[in-house]
Parts: sequence; structure tokens; C-alpha cells
Amino acid sequence: MPEPSQHSRELSRRKFLFAVGVGLNAVAGVLLAIPLVGYVFSSLRSKTQQAWISLGPLDSFPERQTRLATYQNPFRTPWDGPTANVPCWVRRLTGDQVQVFAINCTHLGCPVRWFPESGLFMCPCHGGVYYEDGARASGPPPRGLYQYEHRITDGQLWVRGGELPTLSQAV
Amino acid sequence: MDGLRLRSRLQSIAVWFDERLHLTRLFESTAGHTVPANAGSWFYVFGSGTLLCFVIQILTGICLAFVYVPSANEAWTSLEYLNYVQPLGWYLRAVHFWGSNFMVAIMTLHMIQVFLFGAFKYPRELTWITGCVLFLCTLGMAFTGQVMRFDQDAYWGLGIGAAIAGRAPFIGPQIVDLMLGGPIIAAETLSRFFTLHVFVIPGLIIAMVAVHLRLVLAAGISEYPEPGKPVRKETYREEYEAILKQQGVPFFPKAIDKDLVFAGGLMLAILGCAAFFGPAGPNGIPDPSIIDTVPRPDFYFLALFSLFALLPPYLETFLILTGPVVAILVLFAVPFLSNTGEKSARRRPMAVVSVILIMLTIVVLAYLGTYSPWSPEMDAWSGAPTPPEFVKGRTPLQLQGALVVQNKQCRNCHSLGDEGGLRGPALDDVATRLTRDQLIRQVLQGGGNMPAYSNNLSPAEVTALVAFLETLHPAGQLPARDSAKPARPGEN
Repeated sequence: MPEPSQHSRELSRRKFLFAVGVGLNAVAGVLLAIPLVGYVFSSLRSKTQQAWISLGPLDSFPERQTRLATYQNPFRTPWDGPTANVPCWVRRLTGDQVQVFAINCTHLGCPVRWFPESGLFMCPCHGGVYYEDGARASGPPPRGLYQYEHRITDGQLWVRGGELPTLSQAV
Repeated sequence: MDGLRLRSRLQSIAVWFDERLHLTRLFESTAGHTVPANAGSWFYVFGSGTLLCFVIQILTGICLAFVYVPSANEAWTSLEYLNYVQPLGWYLRAVHFWGSNFMVAIMTLHMIQVFLFGAFKYPRELTWITGCVLFLCTLGMAFTGQVMRFDQDAYWGLGIGAAIAGRAPFIGPQIVDLMLGGPIIAAETLSRFFTLHVFVIPGLIIAMVAVHLRLVLAAGISEYPEPGKPVRKETYREEYEAILKQQGVPFFPKAIDKDLVFAGGLMLAILGCAAFFGPAGPNGIPDPSIIDTVPRPDFYFLALFSLFALLPPYLETFLILTGPVVAILVLFAVPFLSNTGEKSARRRPMAVVSVILIMLTIVVLAYLGTYSPWSPEMDAWSGAPTPPEFVKGRTPLQLQGALVVQNKQCRNCHSLGDEGGLRGPALDDVATRLTRDQLIRQVLQGGGNMPAYSNNLSPAEVTALVAFLETLHPAGQLPARDSAKPARPGEN
């Protein structure tokens, strides 16, 4: 009687089909997951993303003064709107000696305000204070102001920026 | 005759649906499930209250999404449109805002009530744990919701979130990139937070609420705790069944009355607050180059805001990274730290003490956050003139000193005559605390939260400043004197 062997053959066909079904869906699932994960995590980059940005002619920053300069985010999307206007503090000493500070307080990133009369940067959020040269004066910030790498080419002041400075990744 | 036929027709329609949906069977295990009669207490209304708030948020959120544009370029404008052009747009925004405030508050009350009533104990541990997940999700909705109101507070709030994430070792930059959707706060950030706020977290909440309710129904509503009746794993289930047999009533319609009243009152409260107080903001345009801004979070994060201002810098990264993790782990572990034993708060003094301490800390920190004494008052130096009583009868040198106090932004941190910053001590009586030498040292070298002014004050300015400060003592009260130096004649 061929029934028992038929029975076992049916089971193995069913088992085979089941295994194919699972395997096929596993492969399809992986193929679906790759673009999904890649899409969501696409903003992760192994290298820091920065670009050279012009802040205008050096002479527009008077000597021995600290002035606010604004640049457009070099990696902007077309619908960034007002968020693309990134400010920074440019402190010109004399000649080509310049310090460019990021606007973000090193404590938790609020915008610091410069007071020329007392020569201090003050942060409105948690009371951090910095000296004229960016050194930490008082309050919760753990270090001095973040400084942009800069260069002067043909009388123009260029800074290397485009990223939000944080403690683990200063500009 | 017609009325009777209509009724029997309606009944047969109902039966038709019930045959297919099995609604009556469903009813017995959900709305009609048996609860202990003593669970019909006012203390038990906060769970359904939180769910009601969530439903209100979904409904108003859908309405707002008809008009709100989650693009960094248009978000602020669409909010203004909702406020001033869209019919009843201001009211929908207001209900959504107040709904979120009430949801956080009622959820907190629910958590405290469950904790103090020991309702997390065996066999309801998973209910507590899913509740904790819902708690975190709700805070996530609160944070992402603040960002939806895309103004300066939202922009810099995002920066603060990124800065916190950036403190994580090794993976800090990656977390920041993920959170911002790029290297810097931009359109991707708002879109990312919109997706989280509208799709991801609500989906999670709906799934979790389903599990949470399933667990509540499976284990039954916890009986009103009585002192002297500790929970024991071996006996609890029989004891609970006995309670149900003795005093069990169907939740609907016998124990739902207080929930209904509270729900109705809560809705009216939300609608009333929305009508009376209106929506929140938006405040200034989210242009980061507008730097004269004072970013502040919504009320539920004020305590955190104060904490960040008051933590010492050398501990801050460690506490930021470990504090929340430990707190959340402890929260999740509560049912296992106290799995059996007394349920009544009258026999659980440590539970009561913990709740009082935690709530007191949060409330005090939040209160401090409402006026943030640690922040310099940025326009006090130019906006708060020296009160007249401090310039009467001063010599010209001392008057020059009063000018130094104004021009060097001293008033940003120090008050005179109750006007000015609160970061440093009031200067009204500084001469009774510091001698002349101490004043000179303090001004030149700073100390504590005060920066050093030696680079920004000429010797003449220091002389004038200290001369003025020395006059700041109440009339009739002697100024501070160095006890090592003999008092000179004429020195009063």
C-alpha cells in the first residue's frame, strides 16, 4: 500500500513549500529593509560635512571689534526658509588676526549675545558667560566658545562651517 | 402599532450586526466587565481621563494638519494663518495646546495614583510597564509637539536637544545627525519631527494603549487597597475572585459614573482654558540670526530647564547620560522592587515619601524655571536706570561709578532697588558685606558665577565703581570693615 509513503511525500512537499515561503519572504524582507534603513539613516555620515563659506571682505569687520556675521547654510534644502541664516561672531583684532566664534553656547547650544561695553558674551538660557576671546568666564558651559577654522584669501574672510557644533564635534 | 414595529425592526437590525460582530460577547469582556464596587472611586478616573485627552489631541491634531505646513519655510506662516485667518483656527490650536498640558498633568496624576494604590503589584506588573512606555511616548509627543510650533523657542530647543545628544560618548555625532536629519537644524529636522509627532509615536501609543487596556481587562481593575491585606502570589487570584463575587458590578453601567463626570469636566476644562487663554504663540520667526531671543520650553520641561542651569559643569555630562537611564530603569523596575505586600499607602511610607520628594523637586524646579534667576536680564543695563535713591547725595566720583555699573552690564546680573538681574546678589547693601579691598578684588577677579572684569575696566573706572559701591548700604547701618585694620576717624 503506497499510502504511508504518499503521506510522508505530501508532508515533505508541504514542508518544502513552507520553507520556500519563509525563505522567499526573508529575502524580500531584507530587500525591503535595506532601502528603508538606508533612507532613514541616510543623514549619518562617517565624515564631517563642512564647506568653506565666505563672510565677505575682511575690511567690513572693523579692527578691535566683534561683529555678528550671517551666512547661508551651505547644505541648505530649497525649503529651509529662515532656518538657513546661520549667524556667527567675528572678532577682528588687528590686521589678519581674526577669531570666528559659533553662535552656539558650549553648554547646550543657545545663541550667545555679545556686549562690547563689558567685553562679555552672555547666554540667555542657563547663564553661561564668556570673555572677549571666547574663553569660559562663568556658568554651566564646560569650555570656551566653539571657533571656526578660517582663512583670508584675497581680502575675503572664509570660514569652514555647515555643521551644528556640539561637545563631541566642535566646528 | 407603528412604534412597536419600528422597535422590533431596529432590534432585528441590531441582532443582525451582533450575529456578525459578536458585540454582546465583546461587551461583557470590555465595557461591561466586572469590577469591584469599591473601585468606583474618584481616584480611579485619571486613566480614562488620560485616554480622553489623547483622543482630543488626535481629533484636534487632524484638524490642524489640514492647514499646518511642516516645511521650515512655511511652518511659522501657516501657524500665523491658523491664528488669524483660518476660521476657528486659533481655537483649534488652543484646544490642542491645552489638551497637551492637561494630558501630561492627568497622566502624571494617573501614574501617582496607581503607584500609591499599589495597583502595579502582582499580577499587574506588565500593565505598569506598558504604562511607563506610554509615559515616555507622551513626553516624546510633548517634545516633538513643541517643535511643531516652529518658532525661536522650537529652533533653539532643537539645538538644546542636539547638544544633549551630542554629549554621548563615541556615538554622539551620529545621534545628532540622526536627530537633525543632517549636519545642522534645517528643513529635514522639522520634517523628521513631524513624522515622529504625527505617525511614529501616535502609532506606538495606539498599539501600547491597546496592550495596556488588554492587560487591564485581563487582570481586572485593582481593588481599593485596604491596610492589613497584603498581596501574596499564592492567594491573590482567589482573593480577587472572591471580591468580584462579593461586590462585583459591571463597569458599564454601574461603575462608570465618576469616570463620565470627570471626563465631561475635563473636556469642559480644556475647552474653557482654550477659549479663555487662547493658543500659545508662535513666538518669533525661527531665524537663528535673530539672536536677541530668550528660548524657553513649555511647562512640562521647565524642571529640566532649571536642572540644566543648576547642575555643576563637571558633573553635567555624567548626570545627563546616566540620570535619565537610571530613572527610567527604576521606573520600569517598580513592580519588581515591590512585587507583593501591602497595597495601601497607609502601610507604605517610603512610597508616599518618594512621591512627595519627587513632586516637590519637580514643582520647585519648574517654579524656578518660570522666572529663571540664573539668566542675565539682557536689557537691564540699558532698560533699568539707577534708581534715584542711589544717586542722591553722591560725589561726582561716585556718580561716575554709578554710570560704570550701568554701562558695563552689571545690572544684567545684579539688581538695584528690585530692578535688574537675579544671577548675582542685589547690590543694594553690598557695602555691608564686602570691604573696599574685597570689592576691588571681586570686580577685578570675579569668582563663582561672576566673570573677571580686569580686562574691561580701566583703573579709573575701578576706582569710581568701588567708590560708588562703598556707598551702597542702608542709612544708619555701618559698612563692612576689615577687622584687622583699625577704624580711621571719619570712616562711618
